[in-house]
Amino acid sequence: MSFKILSKKQLSENVFQLDVEAPLVARSRKAGQFVIVSVDEDAGERIPLTIAGADPQKGSIRLIFQRVGKATAQMADLHEADALGYIAGPLGQPTHIQKFGSVVCVGGGIGNAPLLPIATALKEADNQIISILGARNQELLILEDEFKKISDELIVVTDDGSYGRKALVTEPLKEICSRDSKPDCAITIGPAVMMKFCCETTKGFNVPTQVSLNTIMVDGTGMCGGCRVEVGGQTKFVCVDGPEFDGHQVNFEQMMKRMSAYKALEQKALEKYRDHKCKIGLK
Amino acid sequence: MDAQEKMLNELIKKQQADELKAKDRYEIPAQDMPAQDGIKRRSNMNEVALGYTETQARLEAMRCLQCKNAPCVEGCPVRIRIRDFVVAIAEGNNEEAISIIKHNSLLPAVCGRVCPQEVQCQEYCTVGKKFKDPEKSVSIGRLERYVADLAKEGDEVPGVALPTGKKVAIIGSGPGGIVVAADVRRAGHEVTIFEAFHKPGGVMVYGIPEFRLPKSIVQEEIDVLKKMGVELICNFIVGRTRTIEQLMTEDGFDAVYVGVGAGLPKFMNIEGEHLVGVYSANEYLTRANLMKAYQFGKGADTPIAVSKNVAVLGGGNVAMDSARMAVRLGAENVYLVYRRSEKEMPARVEEVHHAKEEGVQFCTLQNPKRILGDDQGNVVGMECLKYELGEPDDSGRRRPVAIEGSEFEIDVDTVIVAIGNGANPLIQQTTPGLEFNKWGNIVVDENCKTSLQGVYAGGDIVLGAATVILAMGQGRIAAAAINQYLHG
Ligand SMILES: Cc1cc2nc3c(=O)[nH]c(=O)nc-3n(C[C@H](O)[C@H](O)[C@H](O)COP(=O)(O)OP(=O)(O)OC[C@H]3O[C@@H](n4cnc5c(N)ncnc54)[C@H](O)[C@@H]3O)c2cc1C
Ligand SMILES: Cc1cc2nc3c(=O)[nH]c(=O)nc-3n(C[C@H](O)[C@H](O)[C@H](O)COP(=O)(O)OP(=O)(O)OC[C@H]3O[C@@H](n4cnc5c(N)ncnc54)[C@H](O)[C@@H]3O)c2cc1C
Ligand code: SF4
Ligand code: SF4
Ligand code: FES
Repeated sequence: MSFKILSKKQLSENVFQLDVEAPLVARSRKAGQFVIVSVDEDAGERIPLTIAGADPQKGSIRLIFQRVGKATAQMADLHEADALGYIAGPLGQPTHIQKFGSVVCVGGGIGNAPLLPIATALKEADNQIISILGARNQELLILEDEFKKISDELIVVTDDGSYGRKALVTEPLKEICSRDSKPDCAITIGPAVMMKFCCETTKGFNVPTQVSLNTIMVDGTGMCGGCRVEVGGQTKFVCVDGPEFDGHQVNFEQMMKRMSAYKALEQKALEKYRDHKCKIGLK
Repeated sequence: MDAQEKMLNELIKKQQADELKAKDRYEIPAQDMPAQDGIKRRSNMNEVALGYTETQARLEAMRCLQCKNAPCVEGCPVRIRIRDFVVAIAEGNNEEAISIIKHNSLLPAVCGRVCPQEVQCQEYCTVGKKFKDPEKSVSIGRLERYVADLAKEGDEVPGVALPTGKKVAIIGSGPGGIVVAADVRRAGHEVTIFEAFHKPGGVMVYGIPEFRLPKSIVQEEIDVLKKMGVELICNFIVGRTRTIEQLMTEDGFDAVYVGVGAGLPKFMNIEGEHLVGVYSANEYLTRANLMKAYQFGKGADTPIAVSKNVAVLGGGNVAMDSARMAVRLGAENVYLVYRRSEKEMPARVEEVHHAKEEGVQFCTLQNPKRILGDDQGNVVGMECLKYELGEPDDSGRRRPVAIEGSEFEIDVDTVIVAIGNGANPLIQQTTPGLEFNKWGNIVVDENCKTSLQGVYAGGDIVLGAATVILAMGQGRIAAAAINQYLHG
């Protein structure tokens, strides 16, 4: 089976979108699920990426990823007609989609990518969608147009005020929760700290809040336990029990610590890769 | 000519004259397994046990008394005709030996290496009984490995019957799945193996380390399957990519074998298990073996903890493998923490020997109470309790009892939890109508048939975490049942 890249698009300085051949995944995936991807079939790292969209007819899935370390840098260097080493999935529990009423969807940075299929499915289930999209600056904001199409209300914020409102996502979130008709629920996907503060905000208003966790994974099938987090005092495996959880129950402190387990090693791997690229004359 | 060869020649002469008596056989020294030097191997992944020479193999085989009733066979889960193949080796007839073994076992190069022989075939051996020491039994496993390795080069591809038009799906490419694939394919059915990982072989590639079972041996078995026309689809997670029901109703499979293994790590449920530096053995070994983390930065991209002091919790094969892997990854101190005494350890005796030779420090009659961390969430130590052995429990082993107030701390930066595996719930969650027991294992009858028509199961998902040879044995039973089901 080949996992050929059908098209590649750069969405911002460090965010890329790939449409990749993966017919079996395209056919069975549901909103909220992810795949495990490796650039190299033999020795590459297995990294989880959300399925940001799929075309079952064409047999392709869409991946949107941020260049943060070696594996994602390597992926960003691939071109149309290249192939990924492998893709396995779909993995994880699909998002529970139903008619809740009004739903606030809060996306931060690359989190907009996994949020989009969920917000779309919620819209299709007849919910009123209020989207809050946040980014550090205008350059880094992705998928605004797509969210516009499915949102009844869209608020964009940037940390530096280069676009939209100058604020953190928690600010508009708090305002929306304070409205007379407060939202029926919230879903937030982004960096762990952002999800943590969003949950603290909604907790005060008693707005049930789903988060999608991005812990470090290996197999993605519940076999290794590397993705474990504490939810409501119990150990859960993000790859099989999640990736979505009740955000008010998640132990974010612990999760953030576990996510930095390999920081030093990862840094070295990335530097080495960049160095190697310079030497062989790639850009 | 060295002493060994001289001894062998004399014995052969005696044998030819029909004068070799039991007494002579008892006098032949049990042949040690040549092994890589204990210090050297601390820093490489190469196989530790090097295998018998021809002389050694024949000497060892001559120790066999050729018992009329061959009690050893009773101890082998797949009933290999042990006496006959050992006699063949003693006579220098290795080809005959391997063909006898292959009659019952499809993976002799694997089983010869990893079977817990001392509690299987060799436990029943008359020679071991005579010396009141199972380690003095005829080394059946080593002899099995010897002939299997010799035969490997010229491995021929088994014949396949004419196409029947029937399709069989095999879920999981562990030893059970491999055996079912071979046996069902031989009967002329179309066979597809679905494997969740990117490489086939199951625990034999992601769990059991290279230094104990070289991956190339497993790969050769997979290559034979491919030559027989078995299709192998990796990165396919049954239950997610397709369900069993979809395979049978939409994709045209007439029968299914479920061999997905155990695959759910158990934790101790003690304080501190979420700290950075605490691994399940599955994660540690998968990173190290399958993902080649020992070559991190030198071609492989998966990181693993760089550890100084490692505690491994448990006393089985999985614990030994983790500890010996930690040694190879450069840890200065590796402690094996086990709450019973060494006698109760379920690991193979040979692995315990090897672990000790490599410097693993055995801390028996101890158990962790909690794992200690710093404010970054990294492991910095472990608080343990001392234990003593009390009354025997249900399993007949003396129950370990904590000694109150005996707390003490050890200095570790990595903790590997190797206390066993439960059943992975993915198939259960996605296969309505399939019957499971309360531990999440699939319920089967004596033919390995499940509660669903056309669905068979075996190996660890049925037995709980067991052994390669038991998974293989069930695979053979299931394959026979599938062939019969598709025939009728
Ligand atoms: C369910 C899930 C869905 C995700 N979806 C997306 C997505 O749609 N787009 C996107 O850009 N990112 C997504 N991520 C995060 C993505 O997997 C990581 O950014 C990626 O693994 C980084 O790999 P790297 O080698 O480039 O970086 P590294 O330098 O290896 O790591 C950078 C950081 O990424 C995290 N990370 C590293 N290795 C892994 C791993 N094997 N598994 C998970 N996280 C890891 C760590 O926190 C690390 O500090 C998702 C994660 C999860 C768990
Ligand atoms: C570290 C370790 C050391 C061991 N040492 C020994 C030893 O020395 N001697 C011995 O006899 N036994 C040993 N064992 C036990 C032995 O390996 C197992 O009993 C045996 O491998 C079980 O075989 P199985 O056929 O059930 O499948 P497994 O080997 O468990 O393989 C199952 C396969 O199914 C795949 N799979 C799982 N779910 C799915 C799905 N949903 N879809 C598709 N594929 C799936 C898995 O990825 C895996 O490849 C050891 C086990 C471990 C973990
Ligand atoms: S398969 Fe295992 S139990 Fe059977 S004879 Fe060989 S080593 Fe002994
Ligand atoms: S029991 Fe031991 S001595 Fe007797 S036939 Fe078997 S291997 Fe030989
Ligand atoms: S990634 Fe291994 S259990 Fe979740």
